Amino acid sequence: MRVGLFVTCLVDLMRPRIGFAALSLLERAGCEVQVPGTQTCCGQPGYNSGDRAGARKLAEKLIAEFEPCDYVVVPSGSCAGMIRAHYPELFSGDPPWLARVERLAAKTYELTDFLVRIAKLDSVPGEYHGTVTYHDACSGLRELGVKAQPRAMLAKVKGLRITEMTEAQACCGFGGTFAVKFGDVSTRIVDVKCDGIAAVKADAVVLGDLGCMLNIEGRLRRRGDERTQVLHVAEVLAGAGRGSS
Amino acid sequence: MQISSMHFKARATQKLADPDLREALNGLKQRFVPGRAAVIAELDNFEEIREAAAEIRRRTLEHLDFFLETFERKATERGAVVHWAQTWQEANDIVLKIARDNGVRKAVKSKSMVSEECALNDALEGAGIEVVETDLGEYILQLGREPPSHIIAPVIHKTRDQVSDLFAEKHATPRKTDIGELTREARERLRPHFLQADMGITGANFVVAETGSTLIVTNEGNGRMATTLPRVHVAITGIEKVVPTLEDLATLLRLLPRSATGQSISNYVSVTTGTRGDDEIDGPQAFHIILLDAGRSRILASEFRDILRCIRCGACMNHCPVYQSVGGHAYGWVYPGPMGSVLTPNYIGLENALDLPHAATLCNQCGVVCPVKIPLPELLRKLREKQYERGLRPKRERAALRCWSFLAAHPRLYGWVTGAAARVLSWMGGDRKRIASLPFGRGWTEGRDLPAPEGETFRALYARRGAR
Ligand code: SF4
Repeated sequence: MRVGLFVTCLVDLMRPRIGFAALSLLERAGCEVQVPGTQTCCGQPGYNSGDRAGARKLAEKLIAEFEPCDYVVVPSGSCAGMIRAHYPELFSGDPPWLARVERLAAKTYELTDFLVRIAKLDSVPGEYHGTVTYHDACSGLRELGVKAQPRAMLAKVKGLRITEMTEAQACCGFGGTFAVKFGDVSTRIVDVKCDGIAAVKADAVVLGDLGCMLNIEGRLRRRGDERTQVLHVAEVLAGAGRGSS
Repeated sequence: MQISSMHFKARATQKLADPDLREALNGLKQRFVPGRAAVIAELDNFEEIREAAAEIRRRTLEHLDFFLETFERKATERGAVVHWAQTWQEANDIVLKIARDNGVRKAVKSKSMVSEECALNDALEGAGIEVVETDLGEYILQLGREPPSHIIAPVIHKTRDQVSDLFAEKHATPRKTDIGELTREARERLRPHFLQADMGITGANFVVAETGSTLIVTNEGNGRMATTLPRVHVAITGIEKVVPTLEDLATLLRLLPRSATGQSISNYVSVTTGTRGDDEIDGPQAFHIILLDAGRSRILASEFRDILRCIRCGACMNHCPVYQSVGGHAYGWVYPGPMGSVLTPNYIGLENALDLPHAATLCNQCGVVCPVKIPLPELLRKLREKQYERGLRPKRERAALRCWSFLAAHPRLYGWVTGAAARVLSWMGGDRKRIASLPFGRGWTEGRDLPAPEGETFRALYARRGAR
């Protein structure tokens, strides 16, 4: 099966290793992975800021790039959610586009969701000797129902133990431009998340979205926590993470 | 109530610095969030009931005129007088006229958010009528001259200590700290007012078309006294609160207290139908029902119709990370939290509440708890679109968005710019691989570091790998 990998703009810019981790997991699952070279952004920043026209332009571009693939896989719940849950709304009232959008939406998956439900990957190369706690990012959880999937995949990682924090499902306060517009409110919200992480004394918090990752890591470090790793689930599964000893 | 929704950002910052508020809000979360979860778990078909409730509300709004007229007819048959108010001012005028006609000097009130919209208390006091709030929370607020900060638990922003101080000061009694004793003290103060009042003013959680009844859901029993003891009962509510039948009402009641306070059912559910009959021993001699529009019919005709399904349970705010951090007063008007951020701009004008549609992370925790399935994040996003279209966002923000979508539409240029950004930011991150202060992202870096990029973009690395 031909799988298009949409790495997302944040992974592209901030954490290429997550993109490569996702790529290697998909290849391990036997997929023929295509990475369209012109891909950029799914249009979410514009969409969430009221710039519908701008969002639509980028959505059209993404649709054209990924349409030929059998599946589109995204190492981010919020970008996968944008395509699956919000593209149809963005193109509502435009039947020719809408048909294309719905076809694409139906074959778009968040990475762990795809690995569990479609690729049925049964073993992963990653090893992690330590305890991790999983943060459920909002869009993945509430738009795509991604909750058991990352945990099921993490359970296959040699040496890894999962411990649940309280309110794993609570928002980390990122919210895209919210974190900059209302920096202090956002900081208060991420502090609650950091308290939850600190309370379970895990070696790492693992998650599936870059926005939350930068937010949580940034706040943990500012609070003086130099110890707790903040890892994307793809890097842990692929063994590309820094790994604890 | 005075409108200060323009200043959400500044007020939020202020509220974050208040340790008492933080304690109080933590209490709210600890109580209402697990409380709701526990009683929802008792139902094995919660999602079905939720869908049925949403459908009842959808269907009612679809034929709102019909159900309202039916309600008016039925209520009138039972001796009530139904008034239609287009504006807050009109609603107040109607109440004042009823008061004048009936020689009312004192009114007791049970909790009503619609009366807060109208600033009814101010209007009554202005006309020389004494008005006493009898819901314990609202009573405390009236003593302290404060607006409510939550639609169900209006005084949630106050700690017990603050209430103790307030009672000692205003009642001139020895300071008490026991909640039972504080409540008893309030009750003793309120009792004579109930007996003396000429008018009882209540809201209505719903009005029932089938029977012409109004209904209030309360926990303290004050509502029942306000509807039965005074000679005149005035119920004031929004036109969207009508439900077709008692059967529909039963469905909604399975969700309202559960979503609101985590109770399977509230202590009191009071259904009031008509005036006192000849063979009845209690109830008012005159019963006036005021149905308020004040923007609702406009919303009904707009793409924001879904918000009119709201049954005012407060679950969206109880579960909102922003509300949990800053409390209700930061929102600046009657309705706080996610539902308020949708309602306020619709009621008072988008240009008077610029921050509110953006004061959300769009985490959709509100959307998943809403008992009538209102897509709150979607409605907030629509408001953002309206703001953008109408040029109500800062120029810099618009420029940044345009810049981004231009860049992202031109992959080569995009690759070049992001490549440069990755290198610069990575260099700025230094050995610690993080940036402590960014001139153009101060909102971010005031409270946290920005983890630095690795240094090269995925696209650059991938292209090189392909070339090998
Ligand atoms: S929007 Fe939904 S959750 Fe919020 S108060 Fe209204 S009914 Fe309750």
